[in-house]
Order: sequence, then structure tokens, then C-alpha cells
Amino acid sequence: MPSFLGNIMENLFGKPATINYPVEKPPIVEGVRGEIHFDMRKCDQCQDCERLCPSAAISVDVENKQITWDPFKCIYCHLCVRSCLHKAISAKENLSAPDYKQGIKTFKTE
Amino acid sequence: MRLVDVGDVIGMSKKNSNLTVIPFGPQHPVLPEPIQLQFYVDEETIVDVLPNLGYVHRGIERAMELNDYRRNIYLCERICGICNFMHGMAYSELIEKLTGTQVPVRAQYLRTIWAELARLQSHLLWLGLFAEAIGFESLFMKIWRDREIVLELNEATAGHRIHLSTNVIGGVNMDMDRKLLSRYLSDMNKLKKEINDWSPVFYKDRAFRAKTIGKGILPKKDAIHLGAVGPTVRGSCVPQDMRTLGYEAYGELDFQPITYDGEDTYARALVRLDETHQSIDLIKQAISQLPEGDLVNKNDKFPEGAAINRVEQPRGECFYYGVGNGTIHLERCRVRTPTLPNIPPLLQMLVGHEVSDIPAIVHSIDPCMSCTERITYVKEAE
Repeated sequence: MPSFLGNIMENLFGKPATINYPVEKPPIVEGVRGEIHFDMRKCDQCQDCERLCPSAAISVDVENKQITWDPFKCIYCHLCVRSCLHKAISAKENLSAPDYKQGIKTFKTE
Repeated sequence: MRLVDVGDVIGMSKKNSNLTVIPFGPQHPVLPEPIQLQFYVDEETIVDVLPNLGYVHRGIERAMELNDYRRNIYLCERICGICNFMHGMAYSELIEKLTGTQVPVRAQYLRTIWAELARLQSHLLWLGLFAEAIGFESLFMKIWRDREIVLELNEATAGHRIHLSTNVIGGVNMDMDRKLLSRYLSDMNKLKKEINDWSPVFYKDRAFRAKTIGKGILPKKDAIHLGAVGPTVRGSCVPQDMRTLGYEAYGELDFQPITYDGEDTYARALVRLDETHQSIDLIKQAISQLPEGDLVNKNDKFPEGAAINRVEQPRGECFYYGVGNGTIHLERCRVRTPTLPNIPPLLQMLVGHEVSDIPAIVHSIDPCMSCTERITYVKEAE
């Protein structure tokens, strides 16, 4: 019993382990593999990312100079980020939202 | 379509018609993944057991033949969620054998550290689940809280809690700086202290010992004969451990396979408990010997010829066989995960015991069904 006392006191007076999720965002660890973003000014439409993507989440439309990325197919391995020769793909340090409405993201040359 | 009744196929149902058949699974609170075991019981005693596998067959081997061989690493990591790093590592090693690539020494050490980290979190997960299966709910929560230390290290290393995805053919794609390595060392000391805090329950608790000692006996001779692997065979006093082959940096590290001669569920639990200490020790050794150098050796050759590769996963020996034909696709890739060779010993362990012992004994081999399913039988409904 005495060995439990420390734990009991900690649980009685400590903060709760959970957070009020949708209102309060969870802390983000440095270097977390989050969503990707395409910089269309740097992109030369070489389609390397499309060929490399293990889950076929990226598709490059060369004619329309447009890239589509499906967040739900993506496994967040960041192989595309590491392999892009022009550093056109950047990674965000965020946690992607569990939202079915967010849909497929399109990046287009302006 | 329905799954085949194994009893019908081998005429077991007719033979044992005077016995009661209890189906255990495919959905059962103690099973994390679906497998059906049909128990033929005489009152409370189990007389015979028939397994029925194939509920979560995903066709991964076929997908591996259709994919680019370099992309398969990420597919292999999805064979098993718990030992994902080791699957990626085993596949990378296989392709390195087929292409004749030499992995840099630093990458070998980093792979060893991450593989031991994966073993650590898998054993902590199992110890927690096992504690819960035999009625120790708060111990389960305490062990899983300590497992968070490992998962947070994973997150700090590669950005994800479970899927590290750090393997590439010929090395690794992520490095660890001095700050992270010192965090590894301090967290390992913290984890060791926490494990020492709750491990007396496994050694001394009367209820725990009563539920595990003498249950699920697997004699040494049968363990070898039936081809058991991993902690299951080491609990029967057979020092079989693939790490002693010296793949990656294991050849440079000092360790001995942990064995217990109890031959029962208790011995298998203690093997896993001691292996958590061993993993912590191996991580510390690897960090102290970690050399400087390159992370990856690139090789443009396509895989050609045939090769096998064996690694020690938390559940036992994992076997990879690959055939390359000099193109971007592999001709064949076969994966045998450790749960499959552990099922015949499990069937033997269960015979002669009572129905109430089933959860603890089934759990003692650490079944991971989704990794195991390489084939499924279906037949047309009448």
C-alpha cells in the first residue's frame, strides 16, 4: 500500500492525462511527419513523386500543370519529400485532421 | 461463399461425435486478431483442437510481385504493425543479398537500435495484454503507460509512433544526433527503473503463478520436433535465437539467448520479461559503440538470383525468400512469420488442459494472425 501512495497523490492532485481535443490541439513533437505541400513554382512536372509513391497518393497531370494529393491514401512516409530534385515538396509538422470532407487536395500553377 | 470447416475436411467431426465442440473465435475478447480454434472437449478437459486460419488474408505476397521492388519496403512494413521495422529490415537485407550491396556500419548499428526498440515495445505490449488476459487490469495499464516511453522515442526519431519507415535498400534514411542518443540512454534507464518496479508481480504474485505454472506444457523434445520459434521455444530451454547469426550489428554485441526450463506459460512470460532487460542492454551497447560514417550505399543493380534471409522478431524467427530476375519486379517473395510455426506447438499445449486455461495458453505464443495469413481456403456454399 505505501508504494501506491505516490501514484495516488499524483493522480489526485495532478492534471488529467487527456485533453479537450477538438477545442485544444495536442502538442506537436518536433520532426513529426505531417501533411505535404507542393510548391508549383519550383515543380518541373518530372513525375518522380508519382512513380515513387508507395501508395499511389500523388498524381501529376502534366498537360494542366496540376498535382493532386490524396491525404487518405498517403502513408506519410515522406519518400517524395526526400527524393524531389527541386525541393518542391515541403513537409508540414502537423497532425492531419480526421476529416472525410477534406478530400483530395489539388495544387495548380497560377 | 464460406470458410471451410476443418473438422469436415479431415473427418474429425464424425470421429469425435461424442465430444462437445466449442468454437473459440474468430472474434473473442482475448484475441486481438481473428483465428478460430475448435475445441473438442470431454466435460471440462480439452481432448483435441483444430485451427481454422485465413480470416484476414490480404494477398501481400502477390502485391509484392506486382510492385516495384524498392516500394515493397513500405508494403512489408504493413505485414505486421508491431514488428513493422523488422519486416522492413528483413526485406531490405534480402534485396541487399540479391543485389550484392554492402550496408555501411553506422546504418547497421542504427538498424540494430531500432530493431531492439521494436522488440521492447512488442514485449511490453504482450506483457500488458497477458496481464489483462489473466485478470490483472491495472498492471496492464501500468505496463502500457511505460510502453509510451518507447513510442515517444520512436516519434522523436522518425516522426511517427509506430511506423518508422527508416529503411531503404542499402542502409537507412535517417540519422540520430548526439542529443537524441543521450535521450535514448536516459529514457532506457527510466524504463529499466519502471520495469523493475512492476516485474515482482510476475515473479512473486501467487495468483499469477497459479494461473501460469504448469499450464500449456511444451516439452523440449516436442518444441524442437514441432518447430517452435522465438520465446515459445526458448521457454522450453532451447537456446535458439536468430540474432546469434550476427546479422546487422548483432555480431559485435555481447548477449546470450535467454532460456527458461519451465516449459510452461510461466517460463514463456519470464523469457519475454527478461528480454526487455536484454533489449535495453543491447540498445545501450549499440549506442556506446556507434561509429561515424555514411548512412546508405546506393546500388543501381536489379535483384537477380535467389536468396533467403532470417531475422529474429519479437515472436521468433521470420523467414524471407526472394527470387529476382534482373527486372524491377521480384519473381517471387515468400514471407513466413513466426506465428505460423508456433501454431502446431500451441495445439499440443492445449490438449489435456481445462477450458478456463485457454486464454492464458493461447496468449502465451503471442499470436499475430494478420502477419500469418498467406493463404485462405474458400468453397462455394451449397
